[in-house]
Amino acid sequence: MDLLTYPFMLRALAGALIIGLAAPALGVYLVQRRLSLIGDGIGHVALTGVGVGLLTHQSPVLTAVLVSVFGAIAVELVRERGRTSGDLALALLFYGGIAGGVVLVGLSDDASNASLMQYLFGSLITTSPTDIAVIAVLGAAVLAAMLVFRPALFALCNDEEYARVSGLPVRTLNLLLAVTTAVTVTIAMRTVGLLLVSALMVVPVAAAQQLTRGFRSTMAVAMLIGICAAGAGVVVSGEIDTAPGATTVLLAIAAFLLATGAGALWHRRPGSPSPAPVEPPDVVLHG
Amino acid sequence: MTVIEVNHLAAGYDGREILRDVTLSVAAGDVVAVLGANGSGKSTLIRTILGLVPIRRGEVELFGTPQRRFRRWERVGYVPQRLGAGSGVPATVGEVVSSGRLARRGLFRPPGAADRAAVHQALEAVGLLDRIGDPVSTLSGGQQQRTLIARALAGRPDLLVLDEPTAGVDAASQEAFAGALTAFAADGGTILLVLHELGPLRPLIGRAVVVHEGRIAHQGVPPEPAGHHAEPGHDHVHPHADAEQAGICEWAPTDGMKAY
Ligand SMILES: Nc1ncnc2c1ncn2[C@@H]1O[C@H](COP(=O)(O)OP(=O)(O)OP(=O)(O)O)[C@@H](O)[C@H]1O
Ligand SMILES: [Mg+2]
Repeated sequence: MDLLTYPFMLRALAGALIIGLAAPALGVYLVQRRLSLIGDGIGHVALTGVGVGLLTHQSPVLTAVLVSVFGAIAVELVRERGRTSGDLALALLFYGGIAGGVVLVGLSDDASNASLMQYLFGSLITTSPTDIAVIAVLGAAVLAAMLVFRPALFALCNDEEYARVSGLPVRTLNLLLAVTTAVTVTIAMRTVGLLLVSALMVVPVAAAQQLTRGFRSTMAVAMLIGICAAGAGVVVSGEIDTAPGATTVLLAIAAFLLATGAGALWHRRPGSPSPAPVEPPDVVLHG
Repeated sequence: MTVIEVNHLAAGYDGREILRDVTLSVAAGDVVAVLGANGSGKSTLIRTILGLVPIRRGEVELFGTPQRRFRRWERVGYVPQRLGAGSGVPATVGEVVSSGRLARRGLFRPPGAADRAAVHQALEAVGLLDRIGDPVSTLSGGQQQRTLIARALAGRPDLLVLDEPTAGVDAASQEAFAGALTAFAADGGTILLVLHELGPLRPLIGRAVVVHEGRIAHQGVPPEPAGHHAEPGHDHVHPHADAEQAGICEWAPTDGMKAY
């Protein structure tokens, strides 16, 4: 595999592996909360950040982090209110984000379609040494936060009101999730691309669920699937010259199909734990 | 010492005032049942006491501290009316019950042996220890309710606040559940719980309050069970249940009372 002797390939691989671990570690909380698509929305907002970076000749990764963190906090504040109009507010934010990004990138000196595609679908060769340093630091921070605060984040995403009555800093934890979502989206942008980032947060979790019974095991298996899909995605796309993000996502979906099949077989095999005995219905009659 | 002190409380949602003027006091060791018709505001009352619904007027104190400044949440165990919404990922019974230790342990300390022991003990108390590794989604409604009670017990609270813990729980589970609460009260625990019918819990209830039209319409000792009901070991699921129910209905507003 002489491709891996190229430094840019090694950088791409290192970035992909970090994201392959961090994205599902965060995604498991988002899926638990049934906010699977939030990463996609933040990805749209991040594109405006890329536009700002290209226009002002700053690092697009840095400006994308700032703008998408801002967007994620706005989304969280809308969610917290729980208004019915929240749905529409989110739609405005997302479409505003992607439209703003396309316009800003178009206005910049680097206004080629190719540069836009790089951010939307990811690209291997563009990951610079600075980028990889940013990805490593931020990815490690996301991963550490998700692992250290697992009991608290689990309680929060499982039952927010109970977490509140437990005296947990619910608002701070919600903002932590929002900010880490934004950070994960932006660091994954260079490898997987903004349009496919969410897949790396959600698909490994969906695949892991087919095999597991608890939250902790789901998280662990999802991270394993994530890192394998991301690593294999970079190598395969380098070999057969396909888009790395799309290749990674297809591999993750393949893992999902495989896990679904394996899960079905596992449950059907003789001697598997029988379904839980059903309690008789409430038979206390009165009134 | 008063554990819960509610003074001329008003609360509600988005412009609609549900509680208008509620005054209630629960002393240490009390077992108080909140009764009332569907939609009368029973859940709203206990959710306001716990700070989940904002106070509009009046005061709420927990363990002598105004609720807004109350921080000793490890002293409170809350059992909501239903399982939380976050169920996109499977979670085991043990994992859900472990959440009950967070108030005691705080944000940074990883779970230790004492936490695991408390989780086991709480599950034992509600008779679900054998299901500790099963996903909660595979449990029946009554078993899920018992899981939530175990979660509250795992924190070893001084005060238990329960919202209809026996709704949808069959007679046998209700007895098991009454046993767990009796043990908690015997250790000096304070209990505030919303109920639709007293059922097997009746011997435990020291006082009942009835919420009606935003106020406490009635407050007092629940009607005495007939003599032989008080005998230990008496089976509470029997034809007399009708008479018992009628006893409450004489003084509780019956409009919209749940009829199973
Ligand atoms: N989150 C909410 N937002 C708006 N209104 C609410 C909310 N929760 C409850 N209400 C309203 O407040 C009133 C009281 O509700 P609450 O849940 O306190 O009643 P309850 O006595 O607990 O009823 P039940 O016996 O059905 O549990 C109802 O009219 C209900 O429609
Ligand atoms: Mg209620």
